[in-house]
Amino acid sequence: MIKVDDLHKNFGKLEVLKGITTSIKEGEVVAIIGPSGSGKSTFLRCLNLLEIPTSGQIWISDYKVTDKKTNIMKIRQNVGMVFQHFHLFPHKTVMENLTYAPIKVKGLSKQEAEKIGMDLLDRVGLSDKAKEYPTRLSGGQKQRVAIARALAMQPSVMLFDEPTSALDPEMVKEVLDVMKSLAHTGMTMAIVTHEMGFAREVADRVLFLDGGQLVEDAPPIEFFENPKSQRAQDFLQKML
Amino acid sequence: MNLDFGQFIPSIPYILKGIKVTLQIVILAGILGFALGIILSFFKISTVKVLGWLADAYTSVFRGTPLVLQLMLIYYGSPQIFGYQIEPYTAAILSFAMNSAAYISEIIRAGILAVDKGQKEAAMALGVPYGKMMWDIIMPQALKNILPALMNEFITLTKESAIVTTIGVTDVMRRSYQAGADNFSFFEPLIIAGLIYYIMVMVLTILGKALERRMRRSD
Repeated sequence: MIKVDDLHKNFGKLEVLKGITTSIKEGEVVAIIGPSGSGKSTFLRCLNLLEIPTSGQIWISDYKVTDKKTNIMKIRQNVGMVFQHFHLFPHKTVMENLTYAPIKVKGLSKQEAEKIGMDLLDRVGLSDKAKEYPTRLSGGQKQRVAIARALAMQPSVMLFDEPTSALDPEMVKEVLDVMKSLAHTGMTMAIVTHEMGFAREVADRVLFLDGGQLVEDAPPIEFFENPKSQRAQDFLQKML
Repeated sequence: MNLDFGQFIPSIPYILKGIKVTLQIVILAGILGFALGIILSFFKISTVKVLGWLADAYTSVFRGTPLVLQLMLIYYGSPQIFGYQIEPYTAAILSFAMNSAAYISEIIRAGILAVDKGQKEAAMALGVPYGKMMWDIIMPQALKNILPALMNEFITLTKESAIVTTIGVTDVMRRSYQAGADNFSFFEPLIIAGLIYYIMVMVLTILGKALERRMRRSD
């Protein structure tokens, strides 16, 4: 589904990613964890070209993302992304947030888009908020809308960039629950997170990044019970 | 103080007709200036450096010289620029549009830069192409924030339009001046002109406030 080969990313002189090679299978849920500055967000943002890789190759469902000839817009339509700070469109209602891209980018009719939108709002438990503006929602509600907005494009991969890091503690669960149920539908997901409990419970694999390198790639039980590298052991010790 | 408005009553319809002239110039110049301002602001934030330099040079020239000079250059220079003498009315619209575009482009640029970077990323992540993103996502948010500054610009334009009197356009200002010349008394007709400008600006202010309220619906 996703293949990454020797991915490098520099910001000026700073080398953030130092050659990452990995792959994600269809339907797999992968948690990407690591200390801040380890490059995990940059890695995720390279997957839909919000950051342009310095070198290396990325394939997503048979499209070579890093090929200049590939239509980036088409790739992005197929890869949903959820941000730490939600980034809902504040001048549009919840429903308009969900239907904007399907109508304007995919060319769906308003009725089709709203039907999909309503189903999704139901799924994230916010069908009563369709006509509200985002400013009226709590952080947890905003993030659930943001997930629904990404799903409205019916992507085959979902990327989550620290989706619960900006939330008040009591709102983390409602967002994680939505993500959990999404994982159960067989969605391919890559999640940058600090929620170790969630990673352990939901992820099929854990990628541990440190200093721009992929240090460990293991099933969660193995990673949390028996981390092989010293760096992962140190990291996990600090987390608890 | 010796004021006699009575002798100007016959002149008032003549002066009032100038409102139409003033409004025509202001509205057309405002629309053209706004459109040109948007284009220039897009040049300024473009990654194509040459476009940015062009827009900066444009702003620098039009902000760095007096409006009345630009007006006269275009009016009296038109035989050399265009090959024929243009109407004073056309010269007024052209020069005001080009002048206010310089200011408006800076206002819009600031407005666009003030929109949270995440909005652009969210649109990009959904596969929204650049044009639609700017038009549907970034500009509506930018415009909401810069509306007061834009209103300032349109108010300035309305008042400064009085300088068209120097190239003989019969706007409110010129008509009042002529009424004064006819009666050998300038004070009263100029007060009337002042009142008319003030009322026009008030109407503009009220319209702007109403528009701002409408745009703040989502807050």
